[in-house]
Amino acid sequence: MSTTTDTPQVLRPDRKNSRVGLNILGLGIALVMVFPVYWLVISALRPSREIRSYDQTLWPSSITFDNFVKATQQPNFGTAVQSSLIVSITAVVGGMIIATLAALAIGRFRFFGRKPLLLIMILVQMLPPTAMLIPIYAQLNAMGGIDEYWSLIVVYLVSTLPFATIMIRGFVVNIPVELEESAMVDGCTRFGAFRRVILPLLAPGLAAASIFALVNAWNEYLFAYILINDNSKYTLNVWLMTFTSERGTDYGALMAASTMIALPVVIFFMFVQKKMAAGLTSGAVKG
Amino acid sequence: MTAADTKAAGPPVPVPRDPEADGSPLSDQGGNGPLKQKRKRKKGELLPYLLILPAIVAIAAVYLYPLAKTVIMSFQDMGRRELWSGDPAPWVGFDQFTNILGDSEFWWVTFRTVVFMAVCVTLTMGIGLLISLLMRRLSNWVRLILTFCLIAAWAMPLMVAASIFRFMADSDYGLINTLIAKVVGEDWLGHNWYLDPIQGFAIITLLVVWGAIPFVVVTLYAALTQVPQELEEAASLDGASSFGIFRYVTWPVIKPVFSMVATLSVIWDFNVFGQIWLLRGSKPEPEYETLGLYSYSKAFESTSFSQGTAIALITVILLSAVAVYYLRQLMKTGEVE
Repeated sequence: MSTTTDTPQVLRPDRKNSRVGLNILGLGIALVMVFPVYWLVISALRPSREIRSYDQTLWPSSITFDNFVKATQQPNFGTAVQSSLIVSITAVVGGMIIATLAALAIGRFRFFGRKPLLLIMILVQMLPPTAMLIPIYAQLNAMGGIDEYWSLIVVYLVSTLPFATIMIRGFVVNIPVELEESAMVDGCTRFGAFRRVILPLLAPGLAAASIFALVNAWNEYLFAYILINDNSKYTLNVWLMTFTSERGTDYGALMAASTMIALPVVIFFMFVQKKMAAGLTSGAVKG
Repeated sequence: MTAADTKAAGPPVPVPRDPEADGSPLSDQGGNGPLKQKRKRKKGELLPYLLILPAIVAIAAVYLYPLAKTVIMSFQDMGRRELWSGDPAPWVGFDQFTNILGDSEFWWVTFRTVVFMAVCVTLTMGIGLLISLLMRRLSNWVRLILTFCLIAAWAMPLMVAASIFRFMADSDYGLINTLIAKVVGEDWLGHNWYLDPIQGFAIITLLVVWGAIPFVVVTLYAALTQVPQELEEAASLDGASSFGIFRYVTWPVIKPVFSMVATLSVIWDFNVFGQIWLLRGSKPEPEYETLGLYSYSKAFESTSFSQGTAIALITVILLSAVAVYYLRQLMKTGEVE
């Protein structure tokens, strides 16, 4: 690929020389943006004598998995993974079902109250979580939801619901109504038309929305910290705090644990970032 | 660059949909499909309500009811005893509000929150805009690398990102101190960044801005692909300066997306919680409290839940002006049809 052929025409010839400089600048920015991620991974793989050093070096002298072993041996690692998985997956599955139903209603039907509903969905996303924290805590406490997974599941499910609904709706309105109608003319029931025609076309949107919801639930900290006090039910993010004691922080193990928590998110992101950006530009940003 | 070029070579960001193009066939105001709409309405009178019922119930239970409860609680005096016994909390009228508004600490916290938010949003939007503009001028392979790095940063969970920055800014084993010591001198080793709240907030700002830039760049770059290249070219041939082209050709196209991302950033940065919480080892000092943390500490540490909710309510009211602006933007672009 030569630089001349892919130069946008908007650049005048005298600007072409600046392309090299801009490329270097671009690479520099890339380096700065990715550096903390690099530091995370490299610190997780570093021998602990290098972590506890006043003289940090930019690359490790040797690679070791000791920090990962230490992190997995930390009390409650297994239960934290389990808690995070149970809570996230249940919240996502439940959220997707409810969001798809709502998205179909908003995307396919004109009904009274549709516009206010959409506005409410957009508005509730903007409510600060700390504002809701205390009444939600008081209510769940009264209902016996403290230290119970279901209370976290409900909170996570609903907190992604408005965004997921708006995002899936973006995909629903892009499916021509005619497809559905012709399926029904051909003898499908409304549900049959949905299952055979709409659902397959909706799959990419559902995948993107569910990843978004999964990442959201997987990353959430504040509610998990407040609603779960039993340390055998901590989620991974709350469990991360156990690496810090009165005597200081075990950074090697903390970085290894953080790498393990981030890894699934990074993998999911790589798969769906295209869809995610579509959802963000059509959903979060444009409504 | 043609549309095909953008698709093949550009970073994997789809072009934002034209709101008019996809809105009109289903839009009420469009007036170009009245027959279709009448037919739809007859087909399912109740069905849409049934479909949307679970979502309404869920949102009402977790958002609207607690919001109402926030308002009620802020006019009561709910402490630990009322919370655990379930006894009705006594009504105190506007006492919570007069207490809070009469407390100079509240005003300091509000001031700090607003300044912190303003700095974070300005940096995020400024740097984000510059990077997204730069991305259009890069060779394809550089743009791909940059996109990859942005996504890697974007994918870092909040608590993980906070852990990394906490390690990098650690007084004993932090990379930042080592690097400064190498350049400036030994006395930076062991430097505690959090003794001085301004330095501490510099680290927190770094973390927040770093975490927010990928979203801003990806979204703004998507908006920039909508700018007609012919117009920029024509302006360039007519002798317009780079800044002139940006000001009169590029900016008007990306302005709606820019202001929406900025509005979202205002809301997010106003409510920063986890980053400060973890960087301060889950025990933030009073000088690190923003409105969210202040409300939290009033509620759970001083166990005055009503004080906490009253502060949260004031935060919501402060932010609702921003939210109204955001909604007006959405209405203007016709996305809420």
